[in-house]
Order: sequence, then structure tokens, then C-alpha cells
Amino acid sequence: MPLLEIKNLHVKIDGKEILKSLDLTVNAGEVHAIMGPNGSGKSTLAYVLAGKAGYEPTSGEVKFDGKNIFDMTPDERAAAGLFLAFQYPLEIPGVATMTFLRTALNAQRKKRGEAELSTPEFIKRVREAAGKLNIDQDMLRRAVNVGFSGGEKKRNEILQMALLEPRLAVLDETDSGLDIDALKIVADGVNRLRALQRAFVVITHYQRLLSYIVPDIVHVLSGGRIVKTGGKELALELEARGYAEYQEEAVE
Amino acid sequence: MPAVQETVDQVRRIDVDQYKYGFETLIESDKAPKGLSEDTVRFISAKKNEPDWMLAWRLDAYKRWLTMREPKWAKVDYGPIDYQNIYYYAAPKKAPASLDDIDPEILRTYEKLGIPLREREALLGIRKTDGQNSEDGGAEPAGGNGYGRVAVDAVFDSVSVATTFKAELAKAGVLFMPISEAVHEHPDLVKKYLGSVVPVSDNFFATLNSAVFSDGSFVYVPPGVRCPMELSTYFRINERNTGQFERTLIIADKGSYVSYLEGCTAPVRDENQLHAAVVELIALDDAEIKYSTIQNWYPGDANGKGGIYNFVTKRGDCRGRGAKISWTQLETGSAITWKYPSCILRGDNSRGEFYSIAISNGYQQVDSGTKMLHLGKNTTSRIISKGIAAGHSNNTYRGLVTSHRRATGARNFTNCDSLLIGDQCGAHTVPYIETKNSSTVFEHEATTSKISEEMLFYCRQRGLSAEEATALVVNGFVKDVLQQLPMEFAVEAQKLISVSLEGSVG
Repeated sequence: MPLLEIKNLHVKIDGKEILKSLDLTVNAGEVHAIMGPNGSGKSTLAYVLAGKAGYEPTSGEVKFDGKNIFDMTPDERAAAGLFLAFQYPLEIPGVATMTFLRTALNAQRKKRGEAELSTPEFIKRVREAAGKLNIDQDMLRRAVNVGFSGGEKKRNEILQMALLEPRLAVLDETDSGLDIDALKIVADGVNRLRALQRAFVVITHYQRLLSYIVPDIVHVLSGGRIVKTGGKELALELEARGYAEYQEEAVE
Repeated sequence: MPAVQETVDQVRRIDVDQYKYGFETLIESDKAPKGLSEDTVRFISAKKNEPDWMLAWRLDAYKRWLTMREPKWAKVDYGPIDYQNIYYYAAPKKAPASLDDIDPEILRTYEKLGIPLREREALLGIRKTDGQNSEDGGAEPAGGNGYGRVAVDAVFDSVSVATTFKAELAKAGVLFMPISEAVHEHPDLVKKYLGSVVPVSDNFFATLNSAVFSDGSFVYVPPGVRCPMELSTYFRINERNTGQFERTLIIADKGSYVSYLEGCTAPVRDENQLHAAVVELIALDDAEIKYSTIQNWYPGDANGKGGIYNFVTKRGDCRGRGAKISWTQLETGSAITWKYPSCILRGDNSRGEFYSIAISNGYQQVDSGTKMLHLGKNTTSRIISKGIAAGHSNNTYRGLVTSHRRATGARNFTNCDSLLIGDQCGAHTVPYIETKNSSTVFEHEATTSKISEEMLFYCRQRGLSAEEATALVVNGFVKDVLQQLPMEFAVEAQKLISVSLEGSVG
């Protein structure tokens, strides 16, 4: 059974059809890249999967681990192992990053019927994961993303992903706004988490990130549907030739 | 927007519709005839067996009250209050002589509220608290072995029904008793200080209170004494159509320290009930008073029916050099709140603080804030106010900061933040700033923000339910103030805001 199965998905936002008959199948252990021009529906796809309000389908189905994803609330999807690394991570004033991590982890564990992590065990895990991402203790004490640089925010997303150990991680333009060093740290973080039971959907506009997170499969999303699928070499092709040849299909 | 609706619903669940203190206790009570007249005032005074000077004081207040009008400047809207349709005095029929004599129904009421009246229970409570303290490294310097205990004065309708730990406090020289008792036992102190901070004719509601106040707490801390435990009063309005007019008087003599906590609840009633309290604090040279309130009066139902009208005058006087008064309040209840705990910074180098969290929901109306009156030299004050408005509520911060000609070197820092949940509520900030000398430094910061769907979605994507997400965001918003509450109250406050607090990692 595929981990994620999207069939004939249509999504309208404010009366405008953004996704049109989108199909995508992701198996455990795979890394898929979704590339496409601006406005092609990449972020919409990410939000639909995560369950953002206002991003409901008009038709089609999405199954996560065999279950209809639209029957689940955003937090239920998270607890079931769906993680979205946000393109623009939100700031939560007054809530220490450490507290946020712990609240999130325990909320998911509770929903899965697991016991809460003990404080020492939790701290051990955070320190370990944070260390690998060059995140210092001071950053963990600061309020979530408040005053963080672009790079810090993205590293914080990866830290959350590492702690929450999702089964499917959707990375929405995680490379945007990163310099090359930050990009490497983030990519290394993702690569460390690659595992047989875990899959990634990496959404990006540029090929650059895919030199570091090498995908198994590359899709081109244009005009709200997947217009081409290939191996990792497709990303290089796109980098060289641009999206022009796919864009006539786009309605915009 | 379904998500907004969801948020509003969940906050409503936290607050209005889940008023779990809304039970009524059936006990026989002894009431004054309905309505207000000179006879009512005499009746109350006679019930308390008061000396003539006290009665004269009340009658003077009553006469002044007759000439006064209800203030209308606050941003609150309510129908006329019929002052003749209120009972001004209600007391449980069996007058308790000791803790053992208290009507078991009343004890059960306080048990339901989670207030340990019996000293034994209070003692059991200590160990738990101590355990938490050691883990967190202790929030405040502990005053010897008494740390973590709370002495409680419980006021039921118009009378104080029990005061715990009296004997032990007496050993330290601290007087903690119902004010009705203090009138008899310490008339000199009462005469000297009562009405010295909030004069009889201060304002309509304070004057009304002066005429008909029934009970409340009296605290005197002698020079150099650090009160060995937290003092606390729990107010409960139980009787129908009964107003509560308590009067609290706290005096911290030179170099002393006291921390006082106040909690309030009432049953769910369709009609509005009036609560008009007066609190006076006096801090002499180098004394410090920390006064905390968790106000959880019945706020009315989801349609705005019923609820307590809370018209309260609270004022502290830093009468001596280097005195310090700190108000911390968590306001979650009441249909209408009209309340401005203030500090008169009379002594040189004295300091006033005001930390407030005001949450309004349903059709609640809050007009609250503070006054910092800088009279002495080098006086400092700090105001941190966090207003959270949800539902159809209106939440106003109203503050006055002034410095007198003589108050050279006065400093104030004010920070008012408002958070809106949903799109039917309102947040308003009305600061007044006045200075009469050029060396004063007053700073004012204010923000208004809306709890964003994006932020909630971010939290939910990480596994938090809508409720947990809102609680987390709100908790972050009020964090600065929550940290000011004494340990014992902080726990209750967290529960009240339905917030899981910061983890144990610092």
C-alpha cells in the first residue's frame, strides 16, 4: 500500500480552480521532488495535505496510509505522521521553542495513545537533534521563531521534523531565503532522516536544493496538475531549460 | 470562516459556558430587608454590633451617596441598576464560632472551589507545593518554614465565615481577621486607616460601599515583619439578589512585607448581581505589599444574560519612603468590570506596579486599568496590561499616569497589549498621561493584534488540537504577567486560562 495516494484531486480557492485532476503516489522510503513555476499550485498542494482551512477539495481523494485524509483534522494528520515544513514558519511570541517542541511532541503521543516523554528523555532528544542542526541552547529558550533569521527559522522546522519523526514530510520551499551554508545544514538534516519507512515530498522552484537532497522521482507541476514525471535528471533539465515549455498548459 | 468559528467556540468553552463555579448552596440565611435606606445602614451596623463611631461613619457615607450619581464615563453599557431591589446584607443563619461550627454546606462549597479551609487540609497541601518549588528552584525567597502555606479568610455573602492560621500569624504579630472583628479588637488601627486611601466620598460605588460594607479582611503587619505565609480571601456571593460590598484594609508597617491573594466566584443566576468592593492598602517606609486577584465572578451566559456587575475601587498608598505596592490581577469573570487598582506614590523612592490579564468573552464588558500618581521624588511605576477579547465582548484598558511638580525623577513604563479572538469583539486602549515637571520620564507602548488563523494552523500541524493551540498562543501572550502571580495562584490561573504552562526546562 502506498503511503500517500492522491487521485484526481481538484481544489478551488475563492472560486478559482488551483489543482485540477492531480494524481500522485508516494511510497515509503521514496523522496519525491515537485517542481514548478510560481502559481502552479505547489503550496496549495502542501496546504491541502496538511488540512489548512479554506483548502478543501471539490473532488478527488487523498489517502494517507490507506485512510481518507479529509476525514482527519490537521492535528490528527500530524499525529498520524504527516509533517509540513512551512515556507514561512510562524512566530509565536512568549512561547519558548523548547515548550513548543515538548507540547507538540506530547500532544502527538497522547493522540496515538503513547505515554508522554519524561523530561530527561525529552531534553536528551532535543539536545541531540539540535546539536546536529547547529542550534544552540539559547535559540531553544527564545520564543518560537521570534527574531529568528530566515536560516534559523528553516533549521527550526527541520528540528521539529527530526523530533516528531513523521512518516511523510512535505517540505514547502524550504530552500527559499537560505544561503548556501544554511542550505547544506538543512539538507543534511533531511538526509539524516531518510529511512525505509519514511517518505519526503520536496517542493521547490529551483534545482539547487535537489543537488543536496537527491530525489528518487521528480514531478513537474504546472497549471494545477502533474505534467511530467521523471528521474533526478529531470531537475537538471528544468534548471537548464526553464518551465516555459510546460507553462502553456497553465491557465494563468 | 469555520476556523474562526472554531476558535471562538473553543474559547467560549474555556470560559463562559463552562463556568463550573455556578452551583448554588442551599443554606438558610438571615437577610436585611430589601432596599437601601438609613435603616438598612443601621441594620447592618447593629448586626455587627458596631461602636457608634463606625455607625456615624456609615451614615455620613450614606448621606453623601444620596447626592451622588453613577459614573458614566466607562466604556460599558448596562441598564439602570435598581438600588432598592437589592439585599444589602445576607448572612448564613448559624453564626460560626469556630471552624467546627461552620455549616457543612458552606464547607462543601469551599471544597468544591478547591479552597482548603481546614488547616489540616491546608497542611496537606504544603508538601505538594514544596515539592513543586524545589523542582523549579523556588519563585520567591521563602520566608522560613511557612513558605507554601496560605492562610484563608472566607467571605460568604456578607460575612466572613472562617479565618485559618490565626494563631500562627499572631505569633509573628500579624493581624489577619474579618474587618468586622477588627472594628472591635483594633479600633485605633481601623479608625486611623479606614477611608484614608479611598475617602468616603471618593466615588459613587466606593461611597455606597462605605455605607453598607458588610465584611472583608483586615491585615496589619508590624514593623520589620515578613508575613510568614500568603494571606488569602475567598469571596463568594451565594444569595439571590444580594449585593456584595466587602471592604479590605491592609497595612504594612515600616519594613514589613505581605503577599495577599483574593479569589471570587458566584452561582449562575439569570439576573445581575452587584459587587462593589473597596480595597485600601497602606505601605509605610520600605514596606512592600503584593496584592493578587483572581476574579472569576459569574460572567453571564452566552447571550449576555445574568452575571456580576463588578464596580470595585482598589487603591494603594505608598505612604512611606521606599514603599512598594504591586497589583497583579487575572480578570476572567463578571458581566461588567469597572476596576482600576491604583498606586499613590507619595513616599520618595516608592514604587508601584500593575500587572493585569483581562479576558473577556461572550457579552462581557471590561473597563479596567490603573492609576499611577507620582507625588514623591524618584518614584517609579510599571504597568503591564494584557487584554484578551473574544466573542462579542469589549475590553478596554484605561490608565492614568501623572507626576506632580515635586515628583522629580519620576519614571513610568507602560505596556498595553490587546489580543482579539474572532471578529465580533473589541479592544480599546485609553491612556492618560500628565506630567508637571521636566525630569519625568514616562514611556508608553501599546499593541493590538489578532490571534491569527495561520498561527493556530501552524500549531495544529504540529499536533495540537484547536483548544491546545489557542491555549498555547494565549499563554504566550500573557506570559509576562502570569510570572508575577504567586506560586499558589499561578496554578489556579493556569487552569483558569486553560493553559499548559512552560515546561520545566529553563
